[in-house]
Amino acid sequence: MSVIEFRIDRRSGTPPYLQIVDQVQQALLLGRLREGGRLPPAREVVAVTPINPNTVLKAYRELEHLGLAEGRVGAGTFITRSTARPQVDPRGELGVALGDWLRAASAAGLSRQEIETWLGAALDDVFTPAAPAPPSGSASNNLGRTR
Amino acid sequence: MTTSPHAAHQPDTAAAETDDVLRIRKAGKRFRSGWALRDLTLTVRRGSITALLGPNGAGKTTLLRAVSGLLDLTEGTVSFNGRQVSSTGTPERISFLAQDKPLYRRSTVADMLQIARHLNVRWDAALARRLCDEAELNQRARVGALSGGQRSRLALAIAFARRPELLLLDEPLADLDPLARLEVQQTLLSTVAEQGTTVVLSSHILGEIEHVCSDLAVITDGRVSLRGETDEVIDGHTLLIGPGSEPAALQWIPREQLVEVRRTPRQTAVLLEGPAPLPPPGWSAERPSLDEIVIAQLRRSRGTAVAGLSDLDSAPTREAS
Repeated sequence: MSVIEFRIDRRSGTPPYLQIVDQVQQALLLGRLREGGRLPPAREVVAVTPINPNTVLKAYRELEHLGLAEGRVGAGTFITRSTARPQVDPRGELGVALGDWLRAASAAGLSRQEIETWLGAALDDVFTPAAPAPPSGSASNNLGRTR
Repeated sequence: MTTSPHAAHQPDTAAAETDDVLRIRKAGKRFRSGWALRDLTLTVRRGSITALLGPNGAGKTTLLRAVSGLLDLTEGTVSFNGRQVSSTGTPERISFLAQDKPLYRRSTVADMLQIARHLNVRWDAALARRLCDEAELNQRARVGALSGGQRSRLALAIAFARRPELLLLDEPLADLDPLARLEVQQTLLSTVAEQGTTVVLSSHILGEIEHVCSDLAVITDGRVSLRGETDEVIDGHTLLIGPGSEPAALQWIPREQLVEVRRTPRQTAVLLEGPAPLPPPGWSAERPSLDEIVIAQLRRSRGTAVAGLSDLDSAPTREAS
């Protein structure tokens, strides 16, 4: 049984290989994948998620390129760097505060989408001054702002 | 003639071979009713999963049968690993699975496997057995009593047991319910990953195979109207979304790149080939889905989009003069 199962959203504008990269990074951040852990071989991934096996290999190459994983001949692809942050713990101080805030927002009648929009704007406020240009795919937002 | 084992069992480290396993040059096939294929040229990369897409009657099945050595072309050639294919029989390293899954319905699963074993020179009994076990096929069940999905997986097991380099599948998912479609895809893909098989499959819909195929060829009226690696085809198009506008307001659209315009009172969607020009304020550029591209290209090749085009072209010129 693999420690991680990839979910590919067919309707998403994000290419499938980047969806895998994102999901591995998320699993690393949350500590579900750790240094030394083995990523499931392409055969196991496509036996569950119907995508092209080469897409899995492309995602793993991208993770190697990012310095997060390493392919070992005949053995598979392994995580080389753990990015887990002890702060990212649903039961920690920040996690509890976040959960409380989200529940309060929900109780106040805000929908999930409204909360996401608010969070996105709040994140922009905190991170925008030093942040580089947003990644591709948010071209519509770009246009919205320049108008 | 390469017989390299494609680094089987090491899919993670298998270097992709880049040569073409199949070359179809200027293929034409004329039946009494007319041309089914016309001047069709296509190459298939080793290790790719290539989808032949197009409406029913576009020539997909005829093409697959020509590649399998089941019919002779009127014009042109098909070569597999550099050797010309003719109708003297299916090359040993090619497996073809026809849409009607030619199995003996009154035989049991076990008998069917025995028959296939005797009909084929190359036969990997262990692989056939494993794929049948994974499909939870009862060896004593009659083929005719199996569900559509189970029958497909038995046919796939037989096709794979020939250990083909090239697997040809005609509408492999047609007539299957959603769960069976998923299971057939899972079996197909995991075995392909393990064996390094090159796959060409036909489909009249794109749907869930969008992320399965690395390459695609859209076939209309016996010709290839769009082809390429899936990612490149998507990257080669841009979808621009803007407000509902009069044709006169769309003059900035470069006509030579235009694939399709869809207009509703409140929104205009423009699909372009190649890099998009900077659209006017109020417009946004998006990554189109493969579905949108293929359907628009099918419409264009059928001439349906021309209505939208002539609309666009006549109106602005009248306004401009």
